[in-house]
Amino acid sequence: MLLAPALSVSAVLFTLGVAGVLLRRNAIVIFMCVELMLNAVNLTFVALAQQLGVAGQLFVLFVMAVAAAEAAVGLAIILAIYRHRHTVNLQNINLLKG
Amino acid sequence: MTWLAAHGTEVVFWGFGGLAVVSASLCITRRNPVFSGLWLIVTLFSIAALFVVLDAQFIAVLQVLVYAGAIMVLFLFVIMLLNLGRQVTTDLKGPTGGGIAVGVAGVLLFQLLILRRAAPSEVITLPAGSVARLAQEQGLVASIARPLFDAYLLPFEVTSILLLAALVGAVVLAMRKL
Repeated sequence: MLLAPALSVSAVLFTLGVAGVLLRRNAIVIFMCVELMLNAVNLTFVALAQQLGVAGQLFVLFVMAVAAAEAAVGLAIILAIYRHRHTVNLQNINLLKG
Repeated sequence: MTWLAAHGTEVVFWGFGGLAVVSASLCITRRNPVFSGLWLIVTLFSIAALFVVLDAQFIAVLQVLVYAGAIMVLFLFVIMLLNLGRQVTTDLKGPTGGGIAVGVAGVLLFQLLILRRAAPSEVITLPAGSVARLAQEQGLVASIARPLFDAYLLPFEVTSILLLAALVGAVVLAMRKL
């Protein structure tokens, strides 16, 4: 069944995604780490779908649709910020900092 | 040989699981965003292989087509467009930020690995191999498509509106000068 091993791999991948978000300053790399976290969650869904029915696989479809929408809008925002400030380094994008 | 025949699934699972973890850690530590993106593609392919092991072949195909195909091409396209391939300085945070990141990630990993022991209750658990049997009876795509167009029709339609909104939003954001 491989449920517990799949959940372990998923936990490690999610943690790596969180570590990447906290560790990096490049907006695009942070975005890729968010995608990594979404994929870890997808792995959990698929692993549990083995025991709890095929609906878990359906939710992976919805997560993929949300990820695609998020990637399109997020990358458009990053492009707009780059055009405005000529950097994607989050250290230099601190307009809201008091 | 008999050991390999008995444990072939486990060997494939741990091989691709290990590859996914290694390439994910390379993805978050490479200085060059292009290399990060390429290692993320390796991770996504290994996760697709894990989906095949976990009886979700259709999802694995979608993973390769949508994630490794469409979304990652979009990412690499933006990286190339912004000309970020020649990073001279690293964007990794210093020792303070790195320490915080490792600490938070360690606590999170500890919690998630405890959560792993919480098995689903016996009442709602299906008998072993029932998803694979359903796919064999109805077909790989039909076993997913039937609930999608039946019980989950409304979320499916809402998803189409979400994608339309994202499309319009991306075009507006990319066109206008903010």
